[in-house]
Amino acid sequence: MTAPPSLPFTRRRERDPRLPPGQYDVGRDYPVLTAEATPNIEASTWSFRVDGLVAAPRTWSWDDVHALPGETWQGDIHCVTTWSKLGTSFTGVSLDTLLAEVDVDPAATHVVAWSHSGYTTNLPLADVTGAKAWLVWEHEGKPLTTEHGGPVRMLVPHLYFWKSAKWVAGLRLLDHDEPGFWERNGYHERGDPWREQRYDGD
Amino acid sequence: MTDGQPDLPPLPTLDAPLRRPPAGGARREWQSARVVAVRRETDRTATFRLALPTWHPHLPGQHYVVRLVAPDGYRAERSYSVASPPEDAGHVELTVERLADGEVSSYLHDGVRVGDALEVRGPFGGWFVWRGDAPALLVGGGSGVVPLVAMLRHARAAGVAVPLRLVVSARSAEELLYAAEYGDETTVALTRTAPPGWGRPPGRLRAEDLAPAVAAVLGGGDGDGAGEDRGAPTAYVCGSAGFAAAAERLLAEVGVPARSIRVERFGPG
Repeated sequence: MTAPPSLPFTRRRERDPRLPPGQYDVGRDYPVLTAEATPNIEASTWSFRVDGLVAAPRTWSWDDVHALPGETWQGDIHCVTTWSKLGTSFTGVSLDTLLAEVDVDPAATHVVAWSHSGYTTNLPLADVTGAKAWLVWEHEGKPLTTEHGGPVRMLVPHLYFWKSAKWVAGLRLLDHDEPGFWERNGYHERGDPWREQRYDGD
Repeated sequence: MTDGQPDLPPLPTLDAPLRRPPAGGARREWQSARVVAVRRETDRTATFRLALPTWHPHLPGQHYVVRLVAPDGYRAERSYSVASPPEDAGHVELTVERLADGEVSSYLHDGVRVGDALEVRGPFGGWFVWRGDAPALLVGGGSGVVPLVAMLRHARAAGVAVPLRLVVSARSAEELLYAAEYGDETTVALTRTAPPGWGRPPGRLRAEDLAPAVAAVLGGGDGDGAGEDRGAPTAYVCGSAGFAAAAERLLAEVGVPARSIRVERFGPG
């Protein structure tokens, strides 16, 4: 009897049904993934601007967004590098609340979110409206750290986490799609983890 | 950019607007690669040399995804940086560190033999890449040196003329990857233990370790007059989140602008 040339790969972990295909549960860890040097932005100088196809472009300060009705989101986040963090939470304000104040032009179909670091990411407008996207400043009850995008980042948890721009500075509404940073660098336009839209063409 | 609103300021960019990867849009399909060699690098790392039925020349810094499928259909995927240069046609070499709780890395180390097939997809990544056309400062910690050695190997294989410097940090000489390959372009920082007679006392990466390399890369080069045709000098930092944060801080200390730094971090898990 000869030994097989190699061992079969076997499941080591029970698969949680909350995990999209190809993802693994990172547990209590919270990996940091960024492409650029981490900027240091004080809450007192942070701002968030919405412009483009809106009737009334405007800019919110840290105090302005905190004066809006807050929400805490609970659920799972999924990074394209295959880790998922299950059962986590973020606190902030719904983008619906902000967009209601600028009077969105019916011609708008897409947005580009941009960051104080120069990072950009594009999303269909429908992916950031209807209780699907937030600006957040707390993670699991604590202030969001700089490495995780603090003082304020986007949260779009139904898409891969590169869409949840760190150090978010603004949202521009457009009547067409315009690829953002990773979307120009080989990654998928939309990034739905349940359809495993990781790379261009998936 | 938006019709009817020409007064909007341009959105910021981290790189040249609308630069797409070569053959952008082309989907990279899964393929079955053959393991043609397994080379032990250190106690915890090994290099898997794969022959690819469909090989695309990669840019140094790009990665491949490896997929393992269990008999019951369970699957796991991880990304690994390519260590080999694109001049090594038809093949890629992936250096894999065995992680304590790594279901994929453990399997690759324990279960994979020469002659086995491995499902892979790639190459991917259009940001943490070096095309050989701009001065480069490479700063790697531990197995973070893997994508950087692809850049070094490419520079040598292609006879790249622009300045390139590598600063690599490892816990000890035993854990230093690719130790035999480093030349004058490389500074090694051993953090925990150093062999007798080693010039630098063991300790974490310091600004002094980086300063000469920074000067060589950012300082206008070697007076060959070619500077005008070069791209902007870029620093590539790769390592754990802790290493990357420290390296970013040190680079800022020695005057490297944040916008010149590209970072690839691997987190726990």
